Amino acid sequence: MFRRIFATALLAGFLGGLGISVVHEFTTTPLILHAEQFENKSSASDQKRSDIRNPLLILAHGTASGAAKDAEEAWGPANGWERTLFTTIANIITGVGFALILVACFSLSNGTVNGRTGVIWGMAGFGVMSLAPALGLPPEVPGALTAELVPRQSWWFLCVAATAVGLWMLVYRKGVIWVVAGIVLMAMPHIVGAPQPARTGGAVPPELAGHFAAASLVTAAIFWSLLGWLSGTFWQRFGTRT
Amino acid sequence: MKEQTAKTQDVVVATSSKIMPAVVALLFGAFLIVGVGFAHSDTIHNAAHDSRHSFAFPCH
Repeated sequence: MFRRIFATALLAGFLGGLGISVVHEFTTTPLILHAEQFENKSSASDQKRSDIRNPLLILAHGTASGAAKDAEEAWGPANGWERTLFTTIANIITGVGFALILVACFSLSNGTVNGRTGVIWGMAGFGVMSLAPALGLPPEVPGALTAELVPRQSWWFLCVAATAVGLWMLVYRKGVIWVVAGIVLMAMPHIVGAPQPARTGGAVPPELAGHFAAASLVTAAIFWSLLGWLSGTFWQRFGTRT
Repeated sequence: MKEQTAKTQDVVVATSSKIMPAVVALLFGAFLIVGVGFAHSDTIHNAAHDSRHSFAFPCH
């Protein structure tokens, strides 16, 4: 069973991560690079202003304090092929990580999974990991104004966990009480509310930010369909061999 | 009675041998996602920067 789960997830995650890297190269990456032009232009002056107005307000990628500015800047890949390479590696690791979670769910579900039903599982992954958190924390371009990082990350985990358990109640439990509980659980993180920045308006034009949010969600849908199909296909194939 | 106990043990073994690999995969998958998408290290952030934004992980 170990071998079947890990072989399926490694292969599907690698191919899915590689595939989505090609899609990102033509969709989200050009928007990120475009947004960075605005971010770099105004981050210094905007950060100074926001520090004075509200010390809790964080400009995405802006240095939070004067001390951090003086600190030596951490390594980052150079623009061009090096940056593309590291983005691709990160996408592949993300792909394998999500594939492991998806295939673990195949295994626990006790149902028959193939390429076709894998796509449905992939869509569930999209709903849980991308769509639900996007309602509270829309995908952000570099330079967007955001609330502090740790509360946003915590809310993201809360939303993903609540949506996953809620969806499980809707799909795998029978009875009205489970349906109601599932819906309430899925709505809960949004009723609590995601941390929001104290003010809106960043360096990046809203048209560009809106375009990026759409591009991020569309590519996430492509990624999850692809990952679901690949995982389901390999899961079935490795199952017949063992 | 003995037969029934043996059967129950079989079921327990079958269930745990099925659940254990899935739980390990789930935890390892979550570990990879936290590393790539959420780790606060500046170096990891810079290396995975475009990936974090594209996948809409909360990013500073």
